[in-house]
Amino acid sequence: MTMHTPQVSARRAVAALDAPTSRGFRERAFAGLLFAATIVGVLVLAVLLVDVVVDGVGRLRPEFLGRYASRFPDRTGIRAGLTGSLSLLVLVALVAFPLGVGAAIYLEEFAPDNRFTRLMEANIANLAGVPSVVYGLLGAAVFVYILQMGRSLISGALTLSLLVLPVVIVAGREALRAVPRGIRDGGLALGATPWQVTARQVLPAALPGIMTGVILALSRAVGETAPVLLVGALFSRRASNEPWSVLESFSALPVEIFNFVSRPQEAFKVEVASAAILVLLALLLVMNSVAILLRNRFQRRW
Amino acid sequence: MERTAVPAPVPAPPAEVLRVRHEGSVAPVPDPAEALAVFDVRDLSVCYGDRPAIRDVTMQIRQGEITALIGPSGCGKSTLLRSFNRMNDLIPSARVEGTLRYYGQDLYARDVDPVVVRRRIGMVFQKPNPFPKSIYDNVAFGPKVNGMDVDLDGLVETSLRRAALWDEVRTKLTASAYSLSGGQQQRLCIARAIAVNPDVILMDEPCSALDPIATARIEDLMRELQESYTIVIVTHNMQQAARVSDRTAFITTEVDSDAGDHRSGRLVEFDRTEQIFRNPQHSRTEDYVTGRFG
Ligand SMILES: Nc1ncnc2c1ncn2[C@@H]1O[C@H](COP(=O)(O)OP(=O)(O)OP(=O)(O)O)[C@@H](O)[C@H]1O
Ligand SMILES: [Mg+2]
Repeated sequence: MTMHTPQVSARRAVAALDAPTSRGFRERAFAGLLFAATIVGVLVLAVLLVDVVVDGVGRLRPEFLGRYASRFPDRTGIRAGLTGSLSLLVLVALVAFPLGVGAAIYLEEFAPDNRFTRLMEANIANLAGVPSVVYGLLGAAVFVYILQMGRSLISGALTLSLLVLPVVIVAGREALRAVPRGIRDGGLALGATPWQVTARQVLPAALPGIMTGVILALSRAVGETAPVLLVGALFSRRASNEPWSVLESFSALPVEIFNFVSRPQEAFKVEVASAAILVLLALLLVMNSVAILLRNRFQRRW
Repeated sequence: MERTAVPAPVPAPPAEVLRVRHEGSVAPVPDPAEALAVFDVRDLSVCYGDRPAIRDVTMQIRQGEITALIGPSGCGKSTLLRSFNRMNDLIPSARVEGTLRYYGQDLYARDVDPVVVRRRIGMVFQKPNPFPKSIYDNVAFGPKVNGMDVDLDGLVETSLRRAALWDEVRTKLTASAYSLSGGQQQRLCIARAIAVNPDVILMDEPCSALDPIATARIEDLMRELQESYTIVIVTHNMQQAARVSDRTAFITTEVDSDAGDHRSGRLVEFDRTEQIFRNPQHSRTEDYVTGRFG
């Protein structure tokens, strides 16, 4: 047993600073491996992006956005897809936001802790992982045929709403849970009802987080192809695609891209498709930037 | 939210009692020389699940007095305090047994609305917990949700003045409450509690996050507030209890051999503060207040 004099402790502390070289090497090797993993991801993305830009940027002119599709690559455009995707975006937001946030508020703030609640929670978590084709089939069966809405914009919007609903609920609950308990207790201790505390304190405090989640979920919906194809999004329909003509047929950007790619001509397959992809990527980038901006702007203040 | 209610052994007085101030209907007072009992606690036990956290408390909290609850960590002081304004209702596993009367009315009777209870009986928490809003909105929230028909600006100013915070914040009422220091935030929480004009203010270690100067300010404040409110304070600071309180309850943890040897809190001694500190009747109280234990 050594004596714990100050001198001994000091010597030990200094000795600990000289890190054994073997550990240093292993640590550096590990860090290098992790760095390589990061680089692979970024590199693949960069190559893809450069490829798409090189192929598509030549066709990215204002007319390309403003024209309906044509058989001739020089005269074609993505107006139908772009307006369709934007309309879907608006409608999905209108449906999924109130439903998803409402469900999140119920589950997080009001639901009793019983078996039924836990069953619902488990279901919602699982639904978030269901492949989108399945939602497409469900939408085709329920909205298009059973509810007789046909291959319409509203069928597509409702199908996509179902798809993002679990994600919105989960994100909403996380944002609500991040609001400290003290805020709820503080409100209730003043004689506010649980509903008043939720509506006036908890929800506003959680809103930036909820919005971030909703926007990310919407950007997923905008990029989905399979479900909208299944409920009958049509390529090159001269559909007006206003969000209010909900019973009209519709198109969407991914559907148009899908169609461009499946044409035989190089000009369509490579150039036009890449240009459309660039537009879709730009849309997603804008949405994600807004989400990140919201998150940073209203970083947790507690 | 689970509403635990204990059947009242005697018929409860009408619910109006909870809406009037001191001059409201009055329970028989055992000793006429003493101030009116605001809370009459009889054999009160609070359990989390099937484990009692504090058992068989019988005490009276008197009007216009400051009552301190002292005792070692985990003995159930916060649990007892939270049962006074039914904050325990918010913990699903918590159950309250025994009777707790507020001006003679059973607080846990079925027809008593915990929201009304909490309006009359305010609370200040250990950690300052302002809302993530402006200073003004923090104070105005209570009066607004309670539908108080008052001049809000005036009420905010009076409340901040009474909480000794007005001079520090008068020029920045729209600033975020989070821009205040910890001590200022705690005084803001007190202002917020005063703004709804409660009868009683419960304080759970309100100074534990504060420096001695901020603590002294809050203690001064408590003595001023005592003129209009009944105050119950939990504190770990013996000097604080001795300085500010009129009565002190000493609670400690005991092993219950009848309940699987697990520990729960008991009220050991409850008396005038100078009695507790100068001439305690129980040796355990003496050990605790002289620092030989806990
Ligand atoms: N929400 C809860 N669920 C289960 N048990 C709890 C809960 N809150 C407190 N307890 C238990 O009840 C007992 C009393 O807790 P309480 O917080 O009332 O003690 P305290 O006297 O306030 O302690 P401290 O001085 O450390 O604040 C403790 O054993 C604690 O573990
Ligand atoms: Mg405590």
